[in-house]
Amino acid sequence: MSNEPVKARPVEELDSVVIRFVGDSGDGMQLTGTEFSKAVAKAGHGFTTHPDYPSEIRAPTGTLYGVSGYQIQYSTGRVFTSGDAPDVLVAMNPAALKTNLPDVKHGGILIVNSSAFTPGNLEKAKYASNPLTDGSLQGHRLYAIDISTLTANALTDSGLGKKEVGMCKNYFSLGLMMCLYSRPVDKEITDIEKKFAKKPKVAAANITALRAGYAYAEATEMFAVSYQMRESTPVPGKYRSITGNTASALGFVAASEISGVPLFIGSYPITPATEILQELSNLKHYNVTSFQAEDEIAGICSTIGASYGGALALTTTSGPGLALKTEALGLAAILEIPMVIVDVQRAGPCTGIPTKTEQSDLLQALYGRNGECPIPVIAANSPSDCFDAALEAFRIAVKYMTPVILLTEGGIGQAAEPWLIPDVASLPKMEVKYRTDPNGFQPYARDGNLARAWVRPGTPGMEHRLGGLEKDALTGNISSEPLNHQIMCETRAAKVAGIARDFPPSKVEGPAKGDLLVIGWGSTYGSIAQAWQKASTAGKSVAFVHLRHLNPLPSDLGDIISRYKKVLVPETNLGQLSKLLRERYLVDVVQLNKIQGKPLKVTEIYDRILELC
Amino acid sequence: MMTDMTVATPVQALTKKDFESGLDVRWCPGCGDYAVLSQITKLMPKLGIPRENFAFVSGIGCSSRFPYYVQTYGLHTIHGRALAIATGLKISRPDLSVWVVTGDGDALAIGGNHFIHAVRRNIGLKVILLNNRIYGLTKGQYSPTSELGKKTKTSPLGNIDQPFSPVALALGAGATFAARCIDGDQAMMAAILERAAKHEGTAFVEILQNCVVFNDGAFDALSDKATRDDTRLVMEHGKPLIFGKERNKGIRLSGMDMEVVTIGENGVTEADILVHNENAAHSGLAFSLGQFESPDFPVPFGVFRDVDKPSYESLSQQLSESARAAKGRGDLQRLLNSGETWTIK
Repeated sequence: MSNEPVKARPVEELDSVVIRFVGDSGDGMQLTGTEFSKAVAKAGHGFTTHPDYPSEIRAPTGTLYGVSGYQIQYSTGRVFTSGDAPDVLVAMNPAALKTNLPDVKHGGILIVNSSAFTPGNLEKAKYASNPLTDGSLQGHRLYAIDISTLTANALTDSGLGKKEVGMCKNYFSLGLMMCLYSRPVDKEITDIEKKFAKKPKVAAANITALRAGYAYAEATEMFAVSYQMRESTPVPGKYRSITGNTASALGFVAASEISGVPLFIGSYPITPATEILQELSNLKHYNVTSFQAEDEIAGICSTIGASYGGALALTTTSGPGLALKTEALGLAAILEIPMVIVDVQRAGPCTGIPTKTEQSDLLQALYGRNGECPIPVIAANSPSDCFDAALEAFRIAVKYMTPVILLTEGGIGQAAEPWLIPDVASLPKMEVKYRTDPNGFQPYARDGNLARAWVRPGTPGMEHRLGGLEKDALTGNISSEPLNHQIMCETRAAKVAGIARDFPPSKVEGPAKGDLLVIGWGSTYGSIAQAWQKASTAGKSVAFVHLRHLNPLPSDLGDIISRYKKVLVPETNLGQLSKLLRERYLVDVVQLNKIQGKPLKVTEIYDRILELC
Repeated sequence: MMTDMTVATPVQALTKKDFESGLDVRWCPGCGDYAVLSQITKLMPKLGIPRENFAFVSGIGCSSRFPYYVQTYGLHTIHGRALAIATGLKISRPDLSVWVVTGDGDALAIGGNHFIHAVRRNIGLKVILLNNRIYGLTKGQYSPTSELGKKTKTSPLGNIDQPFSPVALALGAGATFAARCIDGDQAMMAAILERAAKHEGTAFVEILQNCVVFNDGAFDALSDKATRDDTRLVMEHGKPLIFGKERNKGIRLSGMDMEVVTIGENGVTEADILVHNENAAHSGLAFSLGQFESPDFPVPFGVFRDVDKPSYESLSQQLSESARAAKGRGDLQRLLNSGETWTIK
């Protein structure tokens, strides 16, 4: 090793950057991405991540369909999305380069593991010639680095086998990126020691690889500049990185702790919702009971049973699972018992593309049942927002004695962002009252909100029967009287419609009237907000409303819509909210639909806004 | 006189009548379900359980009307799902005595998956399967227990589905308590139901039940006093499996099979006859008995298996208790503050 001091290279300041790490499913790119986001979080930068991985757990190495990716956008301010196009692509093999290159910004940085560009891997990626040498990457800034060899050289004395050494290259890449983006590695070293506490040899090797990557980036003359994010000034407080699925799980525990009512989850594993069941299964020292059911139907049915028994009960699923739960949803609705059904949406129809995100279950959530069967539907708009949405779902469920569907999306459930941890004392109160007074009790007598009473079995003197047959509007006994059925159908509809009375006035960003109103729901929030901001700055007369409640819709929405000449609805489906708004408000909305398993880009929305006003 | 001090209400004062809801019972006149309703309402005041701590859950079918007729908490749900619903109720409320009343279609066709999983988990449910070997509520189609060759509205040329034996299915799924009785034998039904009520874990009882409209007489040979001693094998724990009017027929092991032998013929003595053991660790012999079918074999009645195993809900409670012992009762603020955190000043 040379004793020459490393020459300081100029530092370029950034306001925002989008980095994507890509490799084989087994290359550890999810880990590299996660660790990198932790490092930027500690500096107080805002960020949003987007993991993008194939359904195959370990697809054959080097194949185009086995590529796994992790994208992060971080910035000096709040970050709304994981970014449209990467400024930087870190690619571990030819397949990863090939599948991701079209997304990279023109002139963007490519950091490529040249060791993996063997004839065999090039062939698997269907490259006719080596892109690192054939000039095809000239539009980008290419840094071809022999990452595998450099990692192996650094680990000659590690005592690890060849395979284990090979697995350390993700830490080499992480070290390299941390140096290039001016992040210190001390905390990462402590984290590695903790993570591999039971395998000290592996811990030591990973630390060596991390340091080697860092030192390499520091010493090489390849990079002309290093990068440094301008200082962020976030709201002071304690933050954590949180995914949507974790936030949902914590929101449900919070509902249980605040109300003092036990939480029950009955679910069947399904991508991309499984993490909620996993998280709650590990929280049994709270008032949580978890049950992994034999199928989706048993998931919701056990939830109905637990709710009948007096628990705050929920089930989690994704689109195909919601389809299986359909009949039982009808039972929950006619029994009028509180529960929450989470649908972490994924690309459909049928099995579709399980690991890719989509907003295509809105109509299923609203209408996918036999008979007249209204169920409240709400949607979360970002990973951390799942916490608030989960609390809101149970608030509605308990107050109105109804099942509530909470829609999130794969792109929210598995993405992470910083979350300013709330003080428990500041969380909304939730009161749960079981009726215990048998005097004058009638199972279907209703309060001012049209909710019937929640009675736990075990309460003396109130034994009664409930069921899926239409029931008398007061006693709950079976009834097929024509007029009673109409009363019951109308009452169930009126109860759900009445929930809108609770909603605060809709928040309209931008002018109170004007040329264009953009209406969104769910994960498109970030992209729409940024596109709207950009268009407003450009002087456009455009406003923006994002919906939390899809059923019932807020009662002021019709009035808001009427104040704009045009309405634009961006969605990652073929126009489900558009259909709903047309039907409800007789407004000729303009659709913007993308259905590629990927989030809408800011530019895609911005360009459409410019076309319309 | 009740001695259980945990009982909150003076249950000794309750009678059969207290457990009758008073709603008009809408089964066909002569239906075997009446006998079951009568025996269960008769049993309930004897169990020392406050009335409000009973919950009856059912699915869809004739049998599933049952909860309406008992004055307890009750849920009449959707086809095949009673066990899944009852599972959620029992796990979250182990303090309740949860009963599921189901039928051969409800439990074994549309609800087959929930049936085997409830049984294998050993959830503390009392599962009463009223087996009439036909779909009654939809007016006469073959069910998963209809015999081969049976002509019904959907099998006009004869049924080609191999039937299930509900008891064998339950034992195959690991049942810790499995029994069979028949609607016409009230004394045996009463005794079995009482044992089922007191069993920890899933207690499965198959009750052969005559459908007077769509499958009348299906069990006549098992009910008629004239024939039943020869067609039934009444099993008693610790006693040899002997049956027949003359009490001279018995069941003998022959390799891995069972066979019917006559005591006193070909050198067979009572000592050759298999002695029934409800508590056998392995359910193999009970399973074989569960597969006995007329006319080659007598149909066994009584308790096939009764073994002790912890119930699912007790294990679930233990998990929570040990998690709390190890980590302390969870604190919400601490939970929110967990994970990868950092502080901005």
